[in-house]
Amino acid sequence: MFKMLDGNTSAVEAMKLARVKVIAAYPITPQSTISEKLSEIVANGEMDAKYIRVESEHTAMSACIGAALTGSRAGTATSSNGLALMNEMIVAASGIRAPIVMPVVNRAIATPWSLWCEHMDTMSQRDLGWMQFFTQNCQDVLDYTIAAYKIAENKDIMTPAMVCLDGFFLSHSMQKIDVPAQEKVDEFLPEYELTNSYLNPEDPMFVSNVVGMNDYTEVKYQQKYAMDNAFGVIENVFDEFEKQFGRKLNIIEEYKTEDADVVLVCMGSMTGTVKYVVDIMREQGKKVGMIKIVVFRPFPYKYIYEVLKDKKVIGVFDRNSCLGGQYPPVCTEVIAAMKGADADIRDYVGGLGGRDVNPANIEKIFNELLDIYNGSSDKHTNWIDLKENPMDSREVFKYV
Amino acid sequence: MYEIIKDSKGTLNHGISACAGCGMELLARCVFDVLGQDIIIVIPPGCAALLTGMGTESGIKAAGMMCNLENTASTCSGIRASLDAQGNDHTTVVGFAGDGGTLDIGLQSLSGMIERGDKVLYICYDNEAYMNTGIQSSSATPFLASTTTQPAGKPTVKKDLIGIAMAHEIPYAATASLHNIADLKKKIQKAKDTDGPSLLHVLIPCPTGWRSDPADTITLARAAVNTGVWVLYEYEDGEVTVNYKPKELKPIEEYISLQGRFKKVTDEEKKEMQKIVKKSYERKIAKLEK
Ligand SMILES: Cc1ncc(C[n+]2csc(CCOP(=O)(O)OP(=O)(O)O)c2C)c(N)n1
Ligand code: SF4
Ligand SMILES: [Mg+2]
Repeated sequence: MFKMLDGNTSAVEAMKLARVKVIAAYPITPQSTISEKLSEIVANGEMDAKYIRVESEHTAMSACIGAALTGSRAGTATSSNGLALMNEMIVAASGIRAPIVMPVVNRAIATPWSLWCEHMDTMSQRDLGWMQFFTQNCQDVLDYTIAAYKIAENKDIMTPAMVCLDGFFLSHSMQKIDVPAQEKVDEFLPEYELTNSYLNPEDPMFVSNVVGMNDYTEVKYQQKYAMDNAFGVIENVFDEFEKQFGRKLNIIEEYKTEDADVVLVCMGSMTGTVKYVVDIMREQGKKVGMIKIVVFRPFPYKYIYEVLKDKKVIGVFDRNSCLGGQYPPVCTEVIAAMKGADADIRDYVGGLGGRDVNPANIEKIFNELLDIYNGSSDKHTNWIDLKENPMDSREVFKYV
Repeated sequence: MYEIIKDSKGTLNHGISACAGCGMELLARCVFDVLGQDIIIVIPPGCAALLTGMGTESGIKAAGMMCNLENTASTCSGIRASLDAQGNDHTTVVGFAGDGGTLDIGLQSLSGMIERGDKVLYICYDNEAYMNTGIQSSSATPFLASTTTQPAGKPTVKKDLIGIAMAHEIPYAATASLHNIADLKKKIQKAKDTDGPSLLHVLIPCPTGWRSDPADTITLARAAVNTGVWVLYEYEDGEVTVNYKPKELKPIEEYISLQGRFKKVTDEEKKEMQKIVKKSYERKIAKLEK
């Protein structure tokens, strides 16, 4: 059935269709309507679940972990400072192998305070044992969330997942969404079941106690093993998803890369804009292409290498500042993926704190990459949408 | 190898690595005795984590998990909601946390749990400092007790946990002491039977942190009550019952002289301490019996 939904409501629909049994959520812009809507549909009986009105995101994740280990599919959602506050429990959830699926509405973390989109919140959590899926549109939000449950809860994976949607660009934009019928989702997604560690008085075990130096490394390796082997499961689940719902899901999506001279790698809602610019520049005879990364954790380095192995010039767009690092995270990963290939890889940062990643900037990036490809220039504009005099910004006026 | 699993009598195995004379271990045994095994127990880092064992071996023959320092109550809330969602109304969800994990870093989470009315039994074993990390002060450390972060003695008095819970109108809350096991067990049972959140605050003599003789644990528990340092009372459906009032308060000396943590207290300070204890006791009784 088609419905007009924004990204947040698409996430709610997915959680409802997945029959989440325990919800613990705390409001934060731009996630707030997810916590509101979930409480509403639990209260009016549309969704059969317990809703815990928690007093913080730390508690939200703590409660989800407790619920998940006690045998209920558990759900929450957050953004920005909420995710930062959860940090300790993010590590706890993955280490304890609680397969929680959490929509994260991407927003900058204060300070400076910003309510708007960037990827710093989820990027700061990227190595903590959660899978991360980045979505381009509201249909993606619904589809990847449903698929994420099946991947996260797979016996060989048992790893939590974040489904990332760009604040406001997706969370608050209405789109026409194909919402599957409950029976179709029930056929696709098996009941939540724990077979390894769980809290059950009839079959007692003590979970998550101290692990000595003798075992700790191996326990962590088990998590790495699950991550490393997730792609097989992800591919299967995506295939099953397509059979069941008729929509193709991707680990990475290529857009006109095959004969492209230069390719831009990016993630999230901006990929729609990039496709649009690619089409326009193609009409001008410029051979440009794009890769959209959907699965960022585990990082699909083999898939990326396969597409980019013969490319000479590659740009990577990070919606995250990465202070003090040589390259921002997506770029770092792409460079590592392309080890051994003969590619000139350029890092671009932009779209911070909600600044729109507009077609003009994307076109500028492609033209710079083409100039590098042609040998007519070697320069690229690292922070692509920086104003001319950045050091003058935020002058403080006293007593005005 | 010694087969601990078979030879232990209760839910908690023998040979647990708590210090000799540890009051927390005694409390834990009482808790398991009363609650039985239809429980899910949540324990944060701190000395009680010793009970959970290490790696593949656990000291507790019941379902449970180690949570983080500040989220015992939140984790319990999630477990409770999960059991409720499955229609399980018989399993007791119990949090067992120290004073640091409760009164300091975990206070927000506990406040949330009580305010929401989640049916969880929360027990705070109060040894009056962060013992497991090396005897640092907590907000439950008493006036003038010396700790590794306040070696000259804590200049402020102890935070009032049950007072905070009462301000939430919690259905059941009580203090208890290890010298009166019958009273303690009765309160554990009452807390378990409460249809909503319940809280027990138990003073736990700790030979290592209090620098006392392991043989004095029960003596100290009794002395705390007889000197007025620790008041035994219950708060039930909005009504307070003071369980025990010494006919006459014993001098504070009988309590502090047995503890190395008060060794540096001068005679002058002792007088001040005696005054504060007496005043605070009288004020508390007056408030509770109002
Ligand atoms: C977030 C966080 N900060 C600090 C610690 C270190 N830590 C572990 S136990 C503990 C003290 C616990 O004190 P209390 O709750 O009174 O228990 P006790 O050790 O006295 O039994 C601290 C500070 C931690 N585990 N987590
Ligand atoms: S330090 Fe104190 S509370 Fe901790 S195990 Fe030793 S005696 Fe028990
Ligand atoms: Mg303590």
